[in-house]
Amino acid sequence: MIETYIPVIIMILVGLGFGVANILLAEYIGPRRPTKEKISTYESGMEPVKSARERFSVKFYMVAMLFILFDIEVVFMYPWAVQFKALGTVGYVAMFLFMILLFAGYIYIIKKGALKWD
Amino acid sequence: MNDFILAAPLVAMSFLSVICIVVDALSPKPGKIPFMFAGFSLLGALLLTIPTFWYHGTAFQNMITVGGYSAFFDVLFLIGGLLTLFAGRPYIAREHFDHDEFYSLIMFSVAGMMVIGHSNNLLISFIGIEIMSVSFYVLSGYLRKSIRSIESALKYFLLGSFATGFLVFGIALLYGATGTLEFPAMHAAVVADKLNFPNLLTVGIALVLIGLSFKAAAFPFHQWAPDVYEGAPTVVTAFMSTAGKAASLSALIPVIAAVVPQTNWKVGMVLAVISAATMLVGNISAVVQSNIKRMLAYSSVAHAGYLMMGFVANNPNGMTGVLFYSAAYLFMQIGAFVIVSLIEKENDGNLQLADYAGLSKRNPVLAALMALFMFSLAGIPPMAGFFGKYYLFIAAVEAGYTWLTIVAVISSMISVYFYIGLVVTMYFKDSTDTTEQDSKPGLAGVTLAISCAFVIILGLFPQLIEKLAHSFFM
Repeated sequence: MIETYIPVIIMILVGLGFGVANILLAEYIGPRRPTKEKISTYESGMEPVKSARERFSVKFYMVAMLFILFDIEVVFMYPWAVQFKALGTVGYVAMFLFMILLFAGYIYIIKKGALKWD
Repeated sequence: MNDFILAAPLVAMSFLSVICIVVDALSPKPGKIPFMFAGFSLLGALLLTIPTFWYHGTAFQNMITVGGYSAFFDVLFLIGGLLTLFAGRPYIAREHFDHDEFYSLIMFSVAGMMVIGHSNNLLISFIGIEIMSVSFYVLSGYLRKSIRSIESALKYFLLGSFATGFLVFGIALLYGATGTLEFPAMHAAVVADKLNFPNLLTVGIALVLIGLSFKAAAFPFHQWAPDVYEGAPTVVTAFMSTAGKAASLSALIPVIAAVVPQTNWKVGMVLAVISAATMLVGNISAVVQSNIKRMLAYSSVAHAGYLMMGFVANNPNGMTGVLFYSAAYLFMQIGAFVIVSLIEKENDGNLQLADYAGLSKRNPVLAALMALFMFSLAGIPPMAGFFGKYYLFIAAVEAGYTWLTIVAVISSMISVYFYIGLVVTMYFKDSTDTTEQDSKPGLAGVTLAISCAFVIILGLFPQLIEKLAHSFFM
C-alpha cells in the first residue's frame, strides 16, 4: 500500500530540493550590482507614490468579486465544450442548469445595482 | 426522472430558493412579494414531503436517501423555516432593515439542511453543511448597521470555516480508511474489517466529530455560541439554534450508523463524555447570565448535550429520542426566542433578565407563553420537553450509560433554576418602569401560536411522533 506513494514522496523531495537549492545558489554565487531602478518597487511599472494604507471604495471589491465569479464560470465551460459529445444529453442539461443558476445571480446583481458605479 | 419525483421536496426547495432571489430582484416594492413567495414555497415543499414518508430507498446514484428519517427532518426544517419567516417579517421591519434577502437566505439555509438530512454520502453531507453555514454567516450579520451583528457574523465565519477544515480532513481520512464515501459501503468495510489503515478510521471519526460538534455547539467547541447567538438578530438566533442544531446533529445519524459499530465502546465513551460535559457546562454557565439571549444560548448548548445522548446510546430508541427531542426543542426554543424578539427594543435594549420583571401584568399573554416554553425547556410534564428527555434518558440507560443519565438529570435540575427563575421574575417581581410598551406581535403571533400548539400536542400525545420515528430505525 505504502509503496504506491513512493513516487509521490520522491516528487515532493525533488521539488523541495530544487526550490531551496535555487534560492541558496542565487544567494551565495549570484553577482549583485544594485542600481536605483533595480531596487525600486516596480522596476518597469508605475512610480509608487504615497503610503499603501489608503481607503478604497468598496465598489472595487464588488466588481472584482463578480468578475472572478463569472470568470470561473467560463473556466468550467472549456472542459465541458471539449468533451461535449462524450457527455451527451445529461452533460448538456447539467451545464444548462449551471448556467441558469449563474444567470439568476446575474439578474439579481443587475437589478440590485451592484454594477452601478455612482 | 424518477429521481426527481422521489426527491421532490429537496429539488423543489433548491430551485425555489434560487427563484426567490430573482423574485426579490424583480419585485418593484420591497417586502410583500418575496415574503409571500418564500412562504408559499415552504408550504408547497411541506406538502410535497407527505408522500415521501412512504418511500424507502435512495436516489441519484445512491447519493441521497429518500423517506424515513430524511422525510421527518424535511418536515422539521420546513416548519422551522416557516416559523422563522413569520417571526422575521415584523422583526426586520421593526429594526428598520427591510431588505428582502432575508427570505431567500432562510430558504437557502432550509435547502442546505434538507440536503444534510437526505445525505447518503459524506460529500453530500458536507455540501449541505456548507450551504447551511454560509447562509447562517450572512444571516447573523444581517443587521449590518449594528456593530454586534457584524461582530457575531465575523466570529461565526472565522471559527466556522476553521471547523469546516476539520470536517473536510476527517472526511478525507475516512475515505482513506474505507475507500468509499457512501455510508452503506463504509459500514460494510468497517464491519468486514477491510480497512486500509485502521488508525486512519479512528482519527477520521475524531475529526468529523470535532467538525460536527462545532456546528452543533457541543463542548469543548461551544465557545462561539453565546457570542454569535447574542449578536445575531433574535429571529435568526431562533432559527440557528434550533433547526441549525438539529441539522448538524442529523448529519451525525448516518455517520454514526456507518462507522461506529455498536460494539465500539471507545467512540461511545468519547461521545458520552462530550455529551455529559456539554450539558453541565451549558447549564452551569447559563445560571450566571444576566442577558436573556446569552442565557438561552447557553441553554441551547446544554440541549445539544441532551441530544447527543441519543448517539451515545446508538440504538433505535436513542435515535427515536434524537428525532423527538429535535422536534420538541425546535418549537420550544423558537417560541422563547420569538418572545424575546418581541420584548426587545432597538439598539439591544430590553434584553436583560431584569427587564422581564412585571411582564405578567404588562402583557399577560406573552408572559404565559414564555412560562409555557420555559417549563417545556426545563422538562416539566406535560410539555413536549419532558417526553423528549424521557426517551433520551431511557435509551441511554438501556445502552448501559446509567452514569450519563444521572449527569443529565443533575444538569436538568440545575437548568430548572434559571428557567423557573425567569418565570419568577415575570410573575412575582414588579417592574420599575410602567410606561413601557411591547411591540405588537403581528405575524409573529402565528409563530407563537404554532409553537405553543406543538409544545402542548407533543407533550400530551408523544406516542404519535415516537411511533413514527421508531419505525425509521427498525
